[in-house]
Amino acid sequence: MANVLVNAPKTAKKGDTVEIKALIMHPMETGFRPGTNGRIIPRNIVEDFSATWNGREIFRMKMSPAVAANPFVSFFTVATESGTIALRWSGDEGFVAEHRVAITVT
Amino acid sequence: MRSSRHPTDVRRRMFLAGAAAVTLLPFAAEATPEALADAIKEVTGGAPLRAGKVTLDIPPIVENGNTVPMTVSVESPMTADDYVKAIHVFNEKNPQPHVFNAWLSPGNGKAAIGTRIKLADTQKIVAIAETSKGEFWNASAEVIITIAACIEEVT
Repeated sequence: MANVLVNAPKTAKKGDTVEIKALIMHPMETGFRPGTNGRIIPRNIVEDFSATWNGREIFRMKMSPAVAANPFVSFFTVATESGTIALRWSGDEGFVAEHRVAITVT
Repeated sequence: MRSSRHPTDVRRRMFLAGAAAVTLLPFAAEATPEALADAIKEVTGGAPLRAGKVTLDIPPIVENGNTVPMTVSVESPMTADDYVKAIHVFNEKNPQPHVFNAWLSPGNGKAAIGTRIKLADTQKIVAIAETSKGEFWNASAEVIITIAACIEEVT
């Protein structure tokens, strides 16, 4: 499991817009750089990132090699009901990571 | 001292010359303003791009192109009948014109995305917002890079 850092509020008022920030450790190798042996290092990036709130998709993003290493994403969403925010990353070489955070909506 | 060099010495020199040539090779491919225009057309389908509504926040001068923080925010009420459907970001001179595509819904409340990107050269960044009404708004910014990203392997 990759190292993940997620910053989301633990509690929110119903109807509030909350910000979710997510960072994952990943080299995001572009596939355009020659290595020390002169050969191109094969591409290895996180391509898809998505977030669901109690299973309902709230955000989706497709990244290219131009996203920096250890991809960081922040986005907003309206707090609807208490539950779980699940963040999912997937990419080259079978990379998959998931992280869940609980949120209480009052 | 003999006049002819030992064969292994010659081979070594040839290897060194080859290695130098490889390290001096520039990017094999580079996105061009045409590639940028093509990538934008893929998203808009030829619909007109309008200036405004989009705010692209990125530093004008960056020391290290490996991580450049940027935020894109779009003025939108984000209601069921008028919201930002997608945000696309493109660059002009990285090996590929795409940076990211993100899809939103009225449930996002606020159309704003922050991330960090790589820039291989001093260039133009374009952010495009696609609204639920089928309009395309855009903003662009010039960024000056003093140390480019992804030229060689970090040792």
